[in-house]
Amino acid sequence: MDFDLNEDQRALKDGVERLLGDRYDFEQRKKHMAESDGWSREQWGRYAEMGLLALPFAESDGGIGGGAVETLIVMEAFGSALVLEPYLATVVLGGGFLRLAGSAAQRADLIPRISDGSLLLAFAQAEQQSRYDLADVATAARRDGAGWVINGRKRYVLHGDCADKIIVTARISGGSCDRTGIGLFIVDAAAAGVSRRGYPTQDRLRSAEITFENVRVDADAVIGEPGAALPLIEQVVSAAMAALCAEAVGAMTRAHTVTVDYLKMRKQFGTTIGSFQALQHRAVDMLVQVELARSMALYAAMMSEEPNALKRGSAVSAAKAQIGRAGHFVGGQAVQLHGGIGMTNEYMIGHYYRRLTMIDLQFGDSNHHLGVLARTGGLLESAEI
Amino acid sequence: MDLRYSDEEIAFREEVREFFRTTLPNDIRRKGILGQRFNRDDIVRATLLRHERGWATPSWPVEWGGTGWNAVKQYIFKEETYIAGAPEPLGFNVNMIGPVIIAFGTEEQKKHFLPKIARLDYWFCQGFSEPGAGSDLASLRTQAVRDGDHYVVNGQKIWTTLAHFANWCFLLVRTDPTAKKRQQGITYLLVEMNTPGITVRPIITIDGHHEFNEVFFDNVRIPVANRIGEENKGWDYAKYLLGHERGGVARVGLCKLRLQRTKEFASRINVDGRPLSENQSFRERITALEIDLKALEMLQLRALSDTSHARAGKPDPMAPILKIRGSELQQATTELQTEVAGYAAMEFDADFVGGGAKPLGGEDWALTVAPNQYWLRHTTISAGTNEIQRNVLAKSVLEL
Ligand SMILES: Cc1cc2nc3c(=O)[nH]c(=O)nc-3n(C[C@H](O)[C@H](O)[C@H](O)COP(=O)(O)OP(=O)(O)OC[C@H]3O[C@@H](n4cnc5c(N)ncnc54)[C@H](O)[C@@H]3O)c2cc1C
Repeated sequence: MDFDLNEDQRALKDGVERLLGDRYDFEQRKKHMAESDGWSREQWGRYAEMGLLALPFAESDGGIGGGAVETLIVMEAFGSALVLEPYLATVVLGGGFLRLAGSAAQRADLIPRISDGSLLLAFAQAEQQSRYDLADVATAARRDGAGWVINGRKRYVLHGDCADKIIVTARISGGSCDRTGIGLFIVDAAAAGVSRRGYPTQDRLRSAEITFENVRVDADAVIGEPGAALPLIEQVVSAAMAALCAEAVGAMTRAHTVTVDYLKMRKQFGTTIGSFQALQHRAVDMLVQVELARSMALYAAMMSEEPNALKRGSAVSAAKAQIGRAGHFVGGQAVQLHGGIGMTNEYMIGHYYRRLTMIDLQFGDSNHHLGVLARTGGLLESAEI
Repeated sequence: MDLRYSDEEIAFREEVREFFRTTLPNDIRRKGILGQRFNRDDIVRATLLRHERGWATPSWPVEWGGTGWNAVKQYIFKEETYIAGAPEPLGFNVNMIGPVIIAFGTEEQKKHFLPKIARLDYWFCQGFSEPGAGSDLASLRTQAVRDGDHYVVNGQKIWTTLAHFANWCFLLVRTDPTAKKRQQGITYLLVEMNTPGITVRPIITIDGHHEFNEVFFDNVRIPVANRIGEENKGWDYAKYLLGHERGGVARVGLCKLRLQRTKEFASRINVDGRPLSENQSFRERITALEIDLKALEMLQLRALSDTSHARAGKPDPMAPILKIRGSELQQATTELQTEVAGYAAMEFDADFVGGGAKPLGGEDWALTVAPNQYWLRHTTISAGTNEIQRNVLAKSVLEL
């Protein structure tokens, strides 16, 4: 076992942190948010220059060949600065499908464009009724000659409003929650029959609801095996959950640091409030949660590359459950220990709480994952104890 | 001892329910049920309805517009207010400045202010906290200097809830900077918000809504006649309310409404082919909250019917306990709502949260839950943080 970053990883971490340190303090972030997309294209260009957008792709595809640890490094830094850009949607989710199952032609066409920052992707999966069940897909894909025709309505598509191409799950056969019969299609956002309603989320990221009305795609728009996409979807979503765990750890760590700094500075009753033992213990309890969360985020990153689907899913669910709770405690207490100023939109700490709350919901909250784990037999195999 | 409501109390509850059922305008009720924010007009209309019925200020002495109800009836009335989805009586008026004027005001002040406070002709905001004086309120620095029949006030207040709706403010100012104890040099004043020199600047809260403000005082002239009680005794008047407010802090009815709504949401959401409301783990968690809430309610009723502490002049442990537990349950119930709503809670529709008639496209029931979860973080901060409540209990009740 080795918890140390290698030299390249350390350079990556330093590089991202420096970039965000220069370009993403809380005031700069407000400016990025005020851009028409709700995030900064200029910043996106900088991520491309740094190679972040090419990070997870194989070198043979023109990528950098990074793995889950590299993604964790980037996402943790992004969480710390509450980055608004569509990295999860484009690189982790969209890119995840391409790198794991894209055809040679799809990879050659799309990966260079993702890497240079000119192509944005989104993953359209959830529907009105589906909640967190990845198999619950009512959107339908019907064969039409060599191609397909897609009909249905997708909700809660993270960064779906700005995506150039949308990766859509659609049912080719079977009943509404069957594990088989689901296909994955790359749809041009400008295609006839695609309509979207974009909106801000509670954490001021962007999302969209997207309607597909007789949208025609060619045969080469299919990713992987038509009708057998669910295992791939689960794998990519696991990778995205691991990335979100890392983002949450970055957000929690920063929220904790900012809070501890505030405790050292804010004076009431003639002394710094950090001298009150009640608050010292609270800050320590936050630290305990941050460190546990960090450990679980590393575990999730490692296990997100595990080939055994059950082990992978269980591990990532466990991390998501633990980190959701930790995020709630750390975010909530960060607000609490700030008093009135913690309740304001002008000050940064509430934004961390908002984001952490939304991360908990994305791909299933703590209790959802607890349920998943409980049903699939828990986490610890008896042999390991 | 009989912990059940008497027949008379049950009949009274019916009467109150009927009152809200028949008089509360639907647009207001709808906002209450959906968890949207009330605007100024909603609060005024609900107040006037109660006022017409003689129910605007139940807890006040009968001669000043009280109803003469016992504590249990007052509790029932509050509960039914929440359950009906109606805005609660404006606390600053009914529970704060009203009782202070009744206890310490001159006859003239009572005659002038109380009827207007009850009708909401005068909408008061509370100008206590300052940037440097929050938990340590006695360190406040806004200064008032006597100039003939006026005080000239300079300084800044902050976190002033609904100051943008208010036309009056009760505030604490420092009149004797040399007093030995900081608590001794403070005076309690009433000021009209349109007095020259007052500037109100909005502060947007983490739910994206405009709830509170900064209020600046620049050579604001306040007539001495608008002082409560004696100069330099303001702290005593402000403190009078602390520890007396047993009735309104827990807001059990609001939690009841929220849990009821949560069950409705959960019955519409399918998980693994069955409604979430039938999911065992979910039911256990919502049941646990119901137990917490029942315990709080019994505590609240016990506190209301037992006034022996006040009679014995001892510190009252009940008010801080109710505040701590009430605020925690406010938070827990909204967190559960967000969890139930799931992805549907993610859309931020500021207009709808603020009371808009139609959502932009999301589900109306789900759009308010996350903003309300964010907003209710304030319940453990405002009106004396929960840490300060625990300090009070530890020091004055446990004598640690
Ligand atoms: C939504 C909202 C509405 C409000 N409305 C009004 C209003 O209308 N009018 C008004 O005058 N004020 C209002 N307030 C202000 C409120 O009373 C103060 O926020 C509160 O008293 C805390 O003060 P502070 O914000 O300065 O925090 P601080 O006092 O700086 O506290 C910061 C943290 O330190 C903790 N702390 C402080 N002292 C101690 C101690 N001795 N031991 C342990 N912990 C301690 C606190 O609990 C808190 O967690 C409102 C506040 C909020 C959030």
